[in-house]
Amino acid sequence: MSTEHIQNAFQQRLDKGDFIEPKDDMPDGYRTHLIRQISQHAHSEVIGMQPEGNWITRAPSLRAKQILLAKIQDEGGHGLYLYSAAETLGITRSEMIQQLHSGKAKYSNIFNYPALTWADIGAIGWLVDGAAIVNQVSLQRTSFGPYSRAMVRICKEESFHQRQGYEIMAHMMNGTADQKEMAQDAMNRWWWPALMMFGPHDSDSPHSGDAFKWKIKRESNDELRQRFIDKTVQQAEVIGLTIPDPKLKWNEAKNHYDHGEINWNEFHEVIRGNGPCNKQRMEHHIKVHEAGAWVREAAEAYKKKRLNKESLVTI
Amino acid sequence: MSKDTQLDLWEVFIQGKSGNPYVHAGSVHASDKKMAIQNARDIYTRRGEGTSIWVVPSNNITASNPHDADMLFEPSNDKIYRHPTFYVMPEGAKQI
Repeated sequence: MSTEHIQNAFQQRLDKGDFIEPKDDMPDGYRTHLIRQISQHAHSEVIGMQPEGNWITRAPSLRAKQILLAKIQDEGGHGLYLYSAAETLGITRSEMIQQLHSGKAKYSNIFNYPALTWADIGAIGWLVDGAAIVNQVSLQRTSFGPYSRAMVRICKEESFHQRQGYEIMAHMMNGTADQKEMAQDAMNRWWWPALMMFGPHDSDSPHSGDAFKWKIKRESNDELRQRFIDKTVQQAEVIGLTIPDPKLKWNEAKNHYDHGEINWNEFHEVIRGNGPCNKQRMEHHIKVHEAGAWVREAAEAYKKKRLNKESLVTI
Repeated sequence: MSKDTQLDLWEVFIQGKSGNPYVHAGSVHASDKKMAIQNARDIYTRRGEGTSIWVVPSNNITASNPHDADMLFEPSNDKIYRHPTFYVMPEGAKQI
């Protein structure tokens, strides 16, 4: 079949609502787009363990520590579901890690911000995971089967993440003046980066056209961002937090909130590597990856030893 | 840096409840059977999703070719007499 034939047949399948499976014919662009998106998503889950891991030893109670450990373990698991989904497209895990280390593959900008206080753990769970959930719920219907299935599994697990974060914020807003100030400070620092997680405005989004045509993406960055804002404002009000946006205002006619302009310079600076923690996050990942190499080698050596033994028995 | 290994790829099947079928959950990397079971437990059953796990080396799975889908599955489409609704039951007959 010619390339054009494959592309037409492929588009027809998508248009009638078929999901695409790894061994199916697909245009190269579809494969490349998905490898980029899914691996970036996987890297984000794994790098996202770092700002929170910073607080495990300093969690304010045993309950909080258990919860945080469980949440971080989930993030690791989510990374692994996603790496597996990307691998079905023909890229190896080693290549993906190599692309992360070389800077060719990105991860979500949000994880280049530091978690300075315990309230940040609340803000990350509530706002960052909250934003991620809005995006991931939409991606459950993405056209690539393994990605869609990973999203379904992840969404089931994420709602606990958001609720535990909101609970932390609510506790602090019920606390002393210092605790309230700490919670508001975390809100002020995480609100705008959380909005940036949805990516550039639709008018400046470089990969959107293909992503929509191929039904990888079904809702636009701005639509998803709006949904997040609309549902989060009320949650902030309930616990007495102020959204750090003087232009935020309910728009009766649109039935949505209007919001102030996002600082896209900051967004692009952080993508270029100039966020507060880019260097630290990557150095840590590389260090741990290299320090763990002997464990993987030992596992391989053990496998060979076992194979030798087994063959001795059977012969 | 030495050559990295990411261990072998395994497919994971999980039985959610006693008596239910085993359903594909996803994949894990592991160097041997035992590690594959342990990793599958940690990755896919953190919330009571399973009572039992199968793991299979991915390269031991044979899959049908998507290009053969018509040949393999189309022939059953015109055999509607394989479904109970095909048959006309006499008026008044009960519990059939």
